[in-house]
Amino acid sequence: MTTTPTPTSPADAAGAGDVLTGVGVGTSAAVGSVVLVAPAARPPADEAAPADPEAALAAVRAAFAAVAATLRERAASAGGTTADVLAATALMAEDPGLLGDVERRLRAGTGPATAVDEAVEGFCAVLAASGPYLAERVTDLRDVRDRVVAHVLGLAQPGVPQLTGPSVVVAADLAPADTAALDLAKVVGIVTELGGPTSHTAIIAAQLDVPCVVRVTGAQRLRPGAPVAVDARAGTVVVEPGEDVRAEVERRRAVREALASASGGPGATADGTAVALLANVGTVEDAERAAAHDVEGVGLFRTEVLFLERASAPTVEEQTDAYARVLRAFGERKVVVRTLDAGADKPLAFVEVEAEENPALGVRGLRTARRHPQLLTDQLTALAAAAERTGTTPWVMAPMVSTPAEAADFAGRARAAGLGVVGAMVEVPAAALRADALLAAGLDFVSVGTNDLTQYTMAADRLAGELADLLDPWQPAVLQLVGLTGAAGAAAGRSVGVCGEAARDPLLALVLVGLGVRSLSMAPAAVPAVRFALSRTSVEDCRRLAAAALAADDAAAARAAVAQLADPEVLAL
Amino acid sequence: MSTRTAVVGSRVGLHARPASLFVQAATATGLPVTIAKDGGDPVDARSILMVMGLGAQHGERVVLTAEGEGADEALARLAELVETDHDA
Repeated sequence: MTTTPTPTSPADAAGAGDVLTGVGVGTSAAVGSVVLVAPAARPPADEAAPADPEAALAAVRAAFAAVAATLRERAASAGGTTADVLAATALMAEDPGLLGDVERRLRAGTGPATAVDEAVEGFCAVLAASGPYLAERVTDLRDVRDRVVAHVLGLAQPGVPQLTGPSVVVAADLAPADTAALDLAKVVGIVTELGGPTSHTAIIAAQLDVPCVVRVTGAQRLRPGAPVAVDARAGTVVVEPGEDVRAEVERRRAVREALASASGGPGATADGTAVALLANVGTVEDAERAAAHDVEGVGLFRTEVLFLERASAPTVEEQTDAYARVLRAFGERKVVVRTLDAGADKPLAFVEVEAEENPALGVRGLRTARRHPQLLTDQLTALAAAAERTGTTPWVMAPMVSTPAEAADFAGRARAAGLGVVGAMVEVPAAALRADALLAAGLDFVSVGTNDLTQYTMAADRLAGELADLLDPWQPAVLQLVGLTGAAGAAAGRSVGVCGEAARDPLLALVLVGLGVRSLSMAPAAVPAVRFALSRTSVEDCRRLAAAALAADDAAAARAAVAQLADPEVLAL
Repeated sequence: MSTRTAVVGSRVGLHARPASLFVQAATATGLPVTIAKDGGDPVDARSILMVMGLGAQHGERVVLTAEGEGADEALARLAELVETDHDA
């Protein structure tokens, strides 16, 4: 789509035909109505003492009860760990200690919303003092507070309202709790004012396969209910789009849909070189859903979900059951399981971590096993047991491997546990630079995690939205490291894959293949477009595209250079 | 008034799921139950926030009290819950 961005003055709400710009995540486009995720209501600074404390108390009690009831309803319709968290949060909303504290404050002449706010903050301080482990509960408790305060003040509930039709969700940023509340079937696009291309919002958008534009200045001033066109490829949000824009969006949607139904089977380039098309999955349920897609297997099974939100490590037996379900769902197809990627960046309740200044550079991924080797041993044991139970041969890989010695150590443990196919993620530039040595240390394969590789290559925090230009996997330096890894794999005759979200951009996927990558793992919904792009391009052409990207000086120039050379039908995806 | 001492059995302490289970059981007794760390001030055992705020760790001793009919039996059940490792 070709639209010339018209900068809007930040003081004005956007009007018909205005174009807001940001950083696009993904390549698709869609039209839907704006649904604003409301920011939390705050008690007025000068809230008056209640005229009738008894009536105020009754109103506050009713507000807490209503919030608890809503949370229970949501718990009932959610599943798994989300349901547990929501049920525990509901328990907080009817906590007699909290209600007692609010009551004391009310009777002492504090305004009702302020009383709720102060009582909650008091408990937050206590919880925070009892250890880092309760940090998430503090977040949940503040969520309860925001809901109760909105009730008391008679304002709209914070978070996501009920969606009625195709909706574009607009927010400052989306928290996991917001997305848990979304009726995902009705979300056709996501626009945020903050966040970055690798933030939680972006990952959710990828899972849903909806266009997403982050860092859109003025997004929260969009009028609720107004139609907007979200174009992830262009990084634009067109307000009240005209017929031409709508027609273009519809055409692109139709092309994607046609692709999905027309193409199928294993991925291959135009000249017949096999490029495996695999799915990224996060949970057992994800995996069972993904298995129904036309994918060649799983290129990344993130096992963290089994460990997060838990008070203690899952037992070997529990893990075995979970892994066996995933392996069984895919039968003969390949499944690559990544061992626990947690630590300083994703704390676990049962693993003590010291607060680190720089969690991304700290004890995370495989490094967690230095302190807690049993966690890794148990996980490998469980995976081997699941393999035996299902008669399958899973691949296993470690996250955050930096040196050949770490690779050798991991390979030794995995093989000792009885696992036959062992690899490592390439996320650290050191691992990419020495990929040949990593493979020689006893690995059967490597898989590039482009999100982390980009963060570490560009020295830009994945969560730093304002560094979006640096966090772009099209950065030629990142591609150069992928190329080194690809060359090492080719020389050693070992498989090199990519399991970062970079693989879902059809154009970038071609560049990756040109750099020697022979398997691409992504959100299942992104597979048909990538399959089509591959089928239209020979390996030789992929190499040409890769050379053009490497010759560029920055991400935007790399993308532009490749776009100029690519098949126009691929560009239209 | 009945009193009973128990040692926290869950490896994570009286947090998260173990705390939720304990609070729900305490509420279900219908009695005013309190819980205190050894030598500390008692708090309402039906309050998840206060129970988590105690910060009772694995192996720590807590004192349960209750008043009313069936208090002894109720405390026996609650003490057992505290001593169980719910995540084993």
